[in-house]
Amino acid sequence: MAEYKTEPLKCWQKAKELRLKYYKDYQNARSKGGIRWTGGAWSFDAIPAGLGRDVYNITGEPYAASLAFAKRLSMGCLEAAEAKGWARDLCSYMRNYWGSMYLRKYAFGGEYPDPDFCFQDHICCSHGKWYQHVAEHKKVPYFCIDVSVGPYRDLDENRLMFVVNQMHESVEWLEKTTGRKYQDELLIEAVENEVRSTSVWAEICCLNMAKPAPLDEKSMYSLYVHGTLAKHAKEVADFYEELRDEVKYRVDNHIAAVPGEKCRLMSDTQPPWGFLKIFRYLENFGAISVGSLYTFGLIGVWETKPDGTWGPRTTPMQRGERITSRDQALRILADWNLSKPEWQHFYDPNLKTEMMLQIVKQWRVDGVMLHLNRGCEGLSCGIMENRLGIAKAGVPVMTFEGNMGDEREFDEKRVTARIDSFMETLGVEMTEKTAGTA
Amino acid sequence: MITAGIDMGAKYIKVVLLKDGVVQGRAIAATGFEPTASALECFERATKESSVDKSSIVHITSTGAGRKAAPNVDSDITDVSATAKGVVHLMKGVRTVIDVGAEEGRGIKIEADGKVVDFAVNEKCAAGAGAFAEAMSRALEVSIGEFGQLSLKSEKTIPMNAQCAVFAESEVVSLVHAKTPKHDIARSVHDAIASRIVSMVRRVGIEKEVALVGGVSHNPGFEDSLNRGLEMQVIVPEYPEYVGALGAAVVACERAK
Repeated sequence: MAEYKTEPLKCWQKAKELRLKYYKDYQNARSKGGIRWTGGAWSFDAIPAGLGRDVYNITGEPYAASLAFAKRLSMGCLEAAEAKGWARDLCSYMRNYWGSMYLRKYAFGGEYPDPDFCFQDHICCSHGKWYQHVAEHKKVPYFCIDVSVGPYRDLDENRLMFVVNQMHESVEWLEKTTGRKYQDELLIEAVENEVRSTSVWAEICCLNMAKPAPLDEKSMYSLYVHGTLAKHAKEVADFYEELRDEVKYRVDNHIAAVPGEKCRLMSDTQPPWGFLKIFRYLENFGAISVGSLYTFGLIGVWETKPDGTWGPRTTPMQRGERITSRDQALRILADWNLSKPEWQHFYDPNLKTEMMLQIVKQWRVDGVMLHLNRGCEGLSCGIMENRLGIAKAGVPVMTFEGNMGDEREFDEKRVTARIDSFMETLGVEMTEKTAGTA
Repeated sequence: MITAGIDMGAKYIKVVLLKDGVVQGRAIAATGFEPTASALECFERATKESSVDKSSIVHITSTGAGRKAAPNVDSDITDVSATAKGVVHLMKGVRTVIDVGAEEGRGIKIEADGKVVDFAVNEKCAAGAGAFAEAMSRALEVSIGEFGQLSLKSEKTIPMNAQCAVFAESEVVSLVHAKTPKHDIARSVHDAIASRIVSMVRRVGIEKEVALVGGVSHNPGFEDSLNRGLEMQVIVPEYPEYVGALGAAVVACERAK
């Protein structure tokens, strides 16, 4: 078995500290006279940044993933949501988040910190309703931007302006809601940070094409999360540049995430957060998940390069464009986000299959593991169409059922048994020293 | 060379002894609460009845849901791979395998050498497995053997709408109250199971020839429903419940060489 050298990421501790600081800053915002708002990981967080440097947000999906990882707390949250009458087949992130709100328990200690307002956009079936309920329950104002203008390849001026006009309206709403004067220079700075952080994340993902892969997907979950928390923040963009440099060093020096890498896999959708150990189980076979459309394209922004390959989208700054006005900043922000890979397949599963096959090809993937995620209708929508498309392309593919945020819907024994069968079809065997361990 | 395969199934344990590709002996035992003890007893019986000297067995491979609990084995292999190996050992032309046991139903697409190309397993659902047919036979107060035969007497298709075994049982109870003949209910149940299995197997793609293996293959009512659902005749080998154990014994032979 080929053995590569490995070592922990040097910036791992920094990543942890940055994440904790984010949640604590939100919690403590009011004690500093600041503003707290809540919305989704895909919300246009650069826009409220124009209200001042003391504005802090909490994004629902990563917060709910943190809850799901803390199994006991998560169970309490899910039961609290069910006790209110919400159905178990609703978005499990949403149910975890609502449960935390009902129980007034914060995953990072203390009471659930009430937001001053909700600011969201709507592409998946749950997004708009999620924060509508938060706003009603907490009696706070709510603004939601509809971004359902179709796939990026069909974008025209009218579709773009549909989003941009709502963004302009949202700025007026923010001023009125908070009583603060909006600062365009802060918006411009936030937009520049956002395009930088999301493009650099794509650059980091590209480095994982290397064999051995410098990052495994389980670790990537702890790194991409910063882009889901505050993609507009300077510290996130700076951190990603630092991470990119370290990952590049790992590639140059053949430092592997999994020292016994023999087989490269790709996953799909959010993982079952309470059972990330399945990724460690894969390592028993020398198998590594090198990423997924989810990890790459949830916040990473990409473009097709002239040679037909997928790479980080060129930022306006890299093109030599200077952002000088609110309208220009909002147009860039809208256009940038509408090109986000994970926004494309809400309109057609074939678009997702195309992107997945692109990853299979470029990242030299041997097999695909699709998580039939009962907790997320949005990202699971059409996943069996994706399976069919991948299988038709001759790529081995397996499915397993689960739920990103509700451990009651994940059967660990069955999933590991399924993995065993899939590994056999890929011709990889469990290594002697780890045989029998799960 | 003599090898052995042990299939530690959810409900039954099966043992096959193989010498130079020919089956020397086989035995079956209920898994029960002590699967390791049941496997030992089953293995003893297989060797005794076939007069195979235990010390002459060069390699033992286990398979099945409880394969890690199998005693005294040299290696193990998953159900999917073992079934594929067993099927090509018996029927070289088969490219699609439908394996329906007590707990799970599987569709497996294979190559000529028994390599698995693709597979699908019914997800967390008893309505696509043998346990459902058994539960329904109890509801109709007939043995599982009678239940299969009863189904063949029916020429009527009564659709069962429920996608779940629990709700399907409610539908069966409603049919009983509506004085629906038992044979029509039996066919309805088998059609429902077959429908789930057919849709699952279509996901991996159906390529002729198609074999039906696993304990539920003994149920002629299910086989009939499956043939109608697939619009073709499946091939059921002799001793279909032993195919996994046979495949494990074949793998044991490959690994011993």
